[in-house]
Amino acid sequence: MKIGLFIPCYVNQFYPEVGKATLQLLQKYGEVGYPSGQTCCGQPMANAGCENEGVDALKVFYQQFKDFDYIVAPSASCILHIREHGGKLYKEMKPILHKVLDLTEFLFDVVKEDQLQASFPHKVAIHKSCHGLRGMRLGQCSERVTCDVSKQDELIKQVEGITLIQPQRADECCGFGGTFSVSQPDVSVRMGNDRINDYIQSGAEYITSGDMSCLMHLDGIIQRKKLNIKVIHLAEILAAQLSETPKQTEEHVNAV
Amino acid sequence: MSTQYKTHQEGAKQFNKNPDRVTWHDKALWFVREKRDKSAHSIPEWEELREIASQIKAHSLSNLNGYLMQFEEKAKANGVHVHWAKDAQEHNEIVHSILSKHEVKNVVKSKSMLTEECGLNPYLNDKGIEVVDTDLGERIVQLANEHPSHIVLPAIHKKKEEVGELFHKHLNTEKGASDPTYLTGAAREHLREKFLNADAAITGINFAIAETGGFVVCTNEGNVDMGANLAPVHIACMGIEKLIPKVEHLGVFLRLLARSATGQAITTYSSHFHKPADGKELHIVLVDNGRTEQLGREDFRKSLNCIRCGACMNTCPIYRRSGGHSYTYTIPGPIGAILSPGKDLKKHSSLPFASTLCGSCSDVCPVKIDIHTQLYKWRQLVMKETNYDKSKQIGMKFAGKAMGSPTLFNLIGKMGNIFLKGPRALIYNGLNAWGIDRELPVPTETFDDWYKQNGKKNEQ
Repeated sequence: MKIGLFIPCYVNQFYPEVGKATLQLLQKYGEVGYPSGQTCCGQPMANAGCENEGVDALKVFYQQFKDFDYIVAPSASCILHIREHGGKLYKEMKPILHKVLDLTEFLFDVVKEDQLQASFPHKVAIHKSCHGLRGMRLGQCSERVTCDVSKQDELIKQVEGITLIQPQRADECCGFGGTFSVSQPDVSVRMGNDRINDYIQSGAEYITSGDMSCLMHLDGIIQRKKLNIKVIHLAEILAAQLSETPKQTEEHVNAV
Repeated sequence: MSTQYKTHQEGAKQFNKNPDRVTWHDKALWFVREKRDKSAHSIPEWEELREIASQIKAHSLSNLNGYLMQFEEKAKANGVHVHWAKDAQEHNEIVHSILSKHEVKNVVKSKSMLTEECGLNPYLNDKGIEVVDTDLGERIVQLANEHPSHIVLPAIHKKKEEVGELFHKHLNTEKGASDPTYLTGAAREHLREKFLNADAAITGINFAIAETGGFVVCTNEGNVDMGANLAPVHIACMGIEKLIPKVEHLGVFLRLLARSATGQAITTYSSHFHKPADGKELHIVLVDNGRTEQLGREDFRKSLNCIRCGACMNTCPIYRRSGGHSYTYTIPGPIGAILSPGKDLKKHSSLPFASTLCGSCSDVCPVKIDIHTQLYKWRQLVMKETNYDKSKQIGMKFAGKAMGSPTLFNLIGKMGNIFLKGPRALIYNGLNAWGIDRELPVPTETFDDWYKQNGKKNEQ
């Protein structure tokens, strides 16, 4: 299986650890390639109302990733944009869209991982990013009367020693919203504050998410106010032990 | 009237100057959202109901002309006077002409967002006619000389102490009194007098039924019945999209409406009107005011499904933290943000951006309007067809070019990192909206650089 690793632009720039953890996780299932010519998914432009300005980014994406069996990124948000708008904005994308996946989908739906060898003995609240939750249906939304499986919960439950914390509001937006975070800083920061307080009051030590963009926004507030809670990407938790004991990784790869 | 902000951002900034009010407003509306959740989850077939409602609406809108004709014919046969208004001006003129004919001086009106949309109150006031809004929330904002800030809870932005002050000034209640039962009692007494002396009643319409020519109005206070049954003339005003084909469809919407709006199983009063009582007159004014134009826009026609339950407002984290008055349109919140650009793209250009596109509005909507998808689509049109936020447009053009070129993209990334390592004062200043209340991430080695050094080794 040839897996193309797509690292969102801001993750590349600011959160290399998320990229490393994702790479380590994916290497269990096949040959992982990271094309160095990749740039961005084009979502910032599209959500700002300039979707055509993002077409060049999609062209680069297509060229870099078209030959992989799967294209995986540690970001529901970027993947959702490509899947929802990629085909309309750049028709050549259409045949590869079904191969473009968020890390959670790849682990849960494709390789059906049920024996993650990871350990993270902490109290963790999952921040359900809106694009993952309502865009990709990675879990149950509080608005809908359905029984969607919460894929991230199922994966994280496999992590040894972890305690999942349930906040008061299970799935409210953090207020990042791309350019919203700078065009409406008052409301955006207020929303972020409210989310963080909810997680702190529920007793979480860590806020995790499949989307680093939400966490970047929340961490910005946490750092400024010096709050007693940390953010960590879901990939880092799912790979928590692997990075410390590479031997175990090899064994697991052999087992698979 | 209260200030009308030019952009949502301006109103939201103003609202956030009082953090305690934001907390209170957010909690009050979240309480309603939770009630709605409980109520919706008690119906196992909830999603099926939403789907049926959405399909009935799609069918009605696709055959609107035929159903409107059928409705008119049936209503006329029932002895109802039917009028057609192409816009707000015509609507107001028609209502005024009916009132003039009967020499009406005092009108009681039950909550109708359509008459609000058409600016009926100031129009009639200018002609010397007193219009009293009889829904409690509507009466509160009317006394305060403000617009409703929510379509179901028009005075949700007002605390009970503020209502107490207002009532003390206008209704002679005790100074400092804020007990809701006491204040409601005073309003009831005051409104009863208005009902008894009204020469005409104006009401809205929740659902009009083509099959029968009848219509239904839902209230929790019974004010529609009081007004319409006491006054000799009843004028009911409706947007043409309120039509449904048959009586049998009504149950679907009545089940969805109250639960979505307030979490009630059913509204306290669902009043059915078919024909005028003996010696009285019943008029229906069918209003277009931009609706057929919206119907013609394929991407946005589904916005006409709206049954005005307000659930999208209660769930919207932006609305809860910016208040209804921050929106520049009669209908605030997510639904207002997709209805308003169709009326005036330039005037309401900020509204499609008053969202993080979190999608909660679409999931909560009982008639399955794809609200956040429409917000995205309006954004594209705003940027193409107006001068809204020119600097963002230039920035996005530049970013787009950079992202089309890996070399340029990497170069900019490296320059950005150097900049972020620079002096704090250069990074955190008035130009950096992110940095007002948030730290920027601290750049380290990029993943790209790490991979070039170590990645291959890692690939085994």
